[in-house]
Amino acid sequence: MKFDTPATTNPIDQLKVVGQPVDRIDGRLKTTGQAPYAYEHNDAVRDHAYGYVVGAAIAKGRITGMDLRAARAAPGVLAVVTAENAGALGKGRMNTARLLAGPEVDHYHQAVAVVVAETFEQARDAAQMVQVSYAGAEGAFDLAAARDLAEKVDQSASATGDFEGAFATAPVQLDATYTTPDQSHAMMEPHASIAAWDGDRLVVWTSNQMIEWGAGDLARTLNMPREKVRLISPFIGGGFGGKLFLRTDAVMAALGSRAARRPVKVALQRPLMINNTTHRPATIQRIRIGTGRDGRIVAIGHESWSGDQPGGGPETAVDQTRLLYTGANRLTQLRLAVLDLPEGNAMRAPGEAPGLMALEIAMDEMAEKLGMDPVEFRVINDTQVDPNDTSRPFSRRQLVECLRTGAEQFGWSRRSARPGQAREGSWLLGMGVAAAFRNNLVMTSGARVRLDGRGEVTVETDMTDIGTGSYTIIAQTAAEMMGVTIDKVTVRLGDSSFPASAGSGGQWGANSSTAGVYAACVKLRNAVARKLGFNSADAVFEDGQVRAGNRSVTLAEAAGGEGMVAEDAIEFGELSKRFQQSTFGAHFVEVGVDAATGEVRIRRMLAVCAAGRILNPKTARSQVIGAMTMGVGGALMEELAVDTRRGFFVNHDLAAYEVPVHADIPHQEVIFLDEVDPMSSPMKAKGVGELGLCGVAAAIANAIYNATGVRVRDYPITLDKHLDRLPELA
Amino acid sequence: MKLFFTVNGERRDLELDTRTTLLDALREHLHLTGSKKGCDHGQCGACTVMVGGRRINACLTLAVMHQGDEITTIEGLGSPDKLHPMQAAFVKHDGYQCGYCTPGQICSSVAVLEEIKAGIPSHVTADLNARPGLTADEIRERMSGNICRCGAYSNIVDAITEVAEQQA
Repeated sequence: MKFDTPATTNPIDQLKVVGQPVDRIDGRLKTTGQAPYAYEHNDAVRDHAYGYVVGAAIAKGRITGMDLRAARAAPGVLAVVTAENAGALGKGRMNTARLLAGPEVDHYHQAVAVVVAETFEQARDAAQMVQVSYAGAEGAFDLAAARDLAEKVDQSASATGDFEGAFATAPVQLDATYTTPDQSHAMMEPHASIAAWDGDRLVVWTSNQMIEWGAGDLARTLNMPREKVRLISPFIGGGFGGKLFLRTDAVMAALGSRAARRPVKVALQRPLMINNTTHRPATIQRIRIGTGRDGRIVAIGHESWSGDQPGGGPETAVDQTRLLYTGANRLTQLRLAVLDLPEGNAMRAPGEAPGLMALEIAMDEMAEKLGMDPVEFRVINDTQVDPNDTSRPFSRRQLVECLRTGAEQFGWSRRSARPGQAREGSWLLGMGVAAAFRNNLVMTSGARVRLDGRGEVTVETDMTDIGTGSYTIIAQTAAEMMGVTIDKVTVRLGDSSFPASAGSGGQWGANSSTAGVYAACVKLRNAVARKLGFNSADAVFEDGQVRAGNRSVTLAEAAGGEGMVAEDAIEFGELSKRFQQSTFGAHFVEVGVDAATGEVRIRRMLAVCAAGRILNPKTARSQVIGAMTMGVGGALMEELAVDTRRGFFVNHDLAAYEVPVHADIPHQEVIFLDEVDPMSSPMKAKGVGELGLCGVAAAIANAIYNATGVRVRDYPITLDKHLDRLPELA
Repeated sequence: MKLFFTVNGERRDLELDTRTTLLDALREHLHLTGSKKGCDHGQCGACTVMVGGRRINACLTLAVMHQGDEITTIEGLGSPDKLHPMQAAFVKHDGYQCGYCTPGQICSSVAVLEEIKAGIPSHVTADLNARPGLTADEIRERMSGNICRCGAYSNIVDAITEVAEQQA
């Protein structure tokens, strides 16, 4: 199905199942420990062995020798695979750095070997016996030091009007630089795979957000035909972008299995994950905003520096600045430095998350310079068209409504405009606001829908559920379309033998994958109507029956003993070019800052989101509160500490890379504005899972400033950064 | 070496490497994969099980240290057809997303309510001589060893609070 004209009324609009706060259909499995994750497919493979990955001990250089004798002779060892004996390996399209080092080492903890043994304990023990000698090389590991060497990249670059001239003459100006650190996805389930060969065919049970990309890149890496690789990933213990791509666990399991002639399980050890896999790259961001005395933006410029491995890409932190606020004179520019740190890549809301961490502090600073309320300052600089091309409207844009609703619900009028004024005992209190913005991306997505002789519906697609609720919203979509209750729908996901889907990333999954299921259901409905001799335009699918005029047939009868099946995909046309499709929100935060220690506690959080039709308010709300929680991490604690001498992230486990815990998070409120967006898909939905993260950290930063009067522009805002400047204790 | 312990009421006889953790004994030898391995270092809480009624991180203890012990895992609390009240509350309040930390959160939740009932104080208990209350602060403090990267904390506290109120 081509989607190239705005959606009109369709069966989804009935909202009998879609749009309802349905409990997750996989909830009973997850809460009882019965949902099988990658490492747990013990029923599918017999007699498996265990692989343990050895990571490089240098950040850059060459392996000069490997002594594997002790490891090979250790009890239970079946194979030791290194680049020397792995055979020729290709590289996945989505990978920047190779997944097995040798002889060159590209980054710290890049895999250099996998040791396969009968038991996990034996493999772990023997892995310590692998002796590797290296010739280290000089590398670049410090973004600040490499800043001047960074080169301009075309991606996300834009120039409209005369930014420099307009900024220079603007009556009110801000020119400030902000930094965001390297961050880690730190999902709870480690990257894990079980590989099993059957002749020249390979099956891998894995934990991957994008099955089609993963299967293709695994085939490419192993130099084998794509059709001989099958990936199975029904449950994924979190991804956040860290499992978008093929990672070394799948490759090492496949190579280890080939060498040991047994199925092999590999889970990346937690202390290896942060340096072995990808991370969100650090940024240095310079923002310049010029306004008139009335607060209207006349010039807005955003430049960002980040680093990556050779051949890698930039963190696109300037993207939102192209579209979020009005202003005739505009400039965005990214610069990319070559760094030899581990590979930088997408983490939840890549670009916008760190970009808004900076931009939305800048907006707060600018509002203060103008003596304006930060909500009002944002409201008067709203735009309903793409500011770079004013002929291009937003499909739906309710940023102002988000800000106004949030201000009212949060009690924003109680905020003191002057910082450092509100006290409660030893606590300095402050409120902060930030806008949330994330583009709505759409991706081709396919599905197969089967109707059986019991009138039950089965959906198959390689779509993944990484905690987002895909199982549930896909079941809701099929139930709505076929006119059955949700308990009559079975959803099977995450298998590369199913039709290729949008996968889970870039907050495109919910809208695109359900639209693909919609397309397949339309095809199935038409086939059912045809079979019954109904005019498909007249056929009503309701209560397990198909009706046309005064004829009525149950779905079970219609399907017959053999059942019926339809497969289709949604393909998106030009609507996303003709209309700017984005999602909007506003975050409001109240913090307390301990006047003596500088410790920050989050007291209240509210997000107001306008993101098209909300397919399931319960799971969508969870996406948003989860993102708000990650935003607390970004504001207050998350930072990969770079050893700029040795070239690695020092705090590479969950003890040292701090993420929010229960005690850090108060009760969180989320409001979804009523919205449908007929430009986005027949579902009229948009993404929401990344929107929830965008702007959170800045709202917290602004609340801290409001509490203390100390402006911190370098994340995370740890107490050492403002302790010496806090107001005197009364 | 040979050993036995009781898991979810059933005696299990095993022959294990002395290096095998309780977590790997459950997951890899008994195929009770509800207890999760998130870090294998006692940092995340995904492997929380109950031994003799007390919650522990199963990754931080060796199986051979549990000869004769009574162990309860998530599988022992309830099943998809017969959910434990805490499991049902997690479903109702959407107290999870990816589900990987969930069995640990639920085992901890059940144990936390018992700890509060038993009068065991926590870091946020103001008066060590008074019985700790069933407050959100107490729950959050006691649950802080169980990381949820999906960030379902607010919903998890709602779920635990509801079960606590039902029990009260």
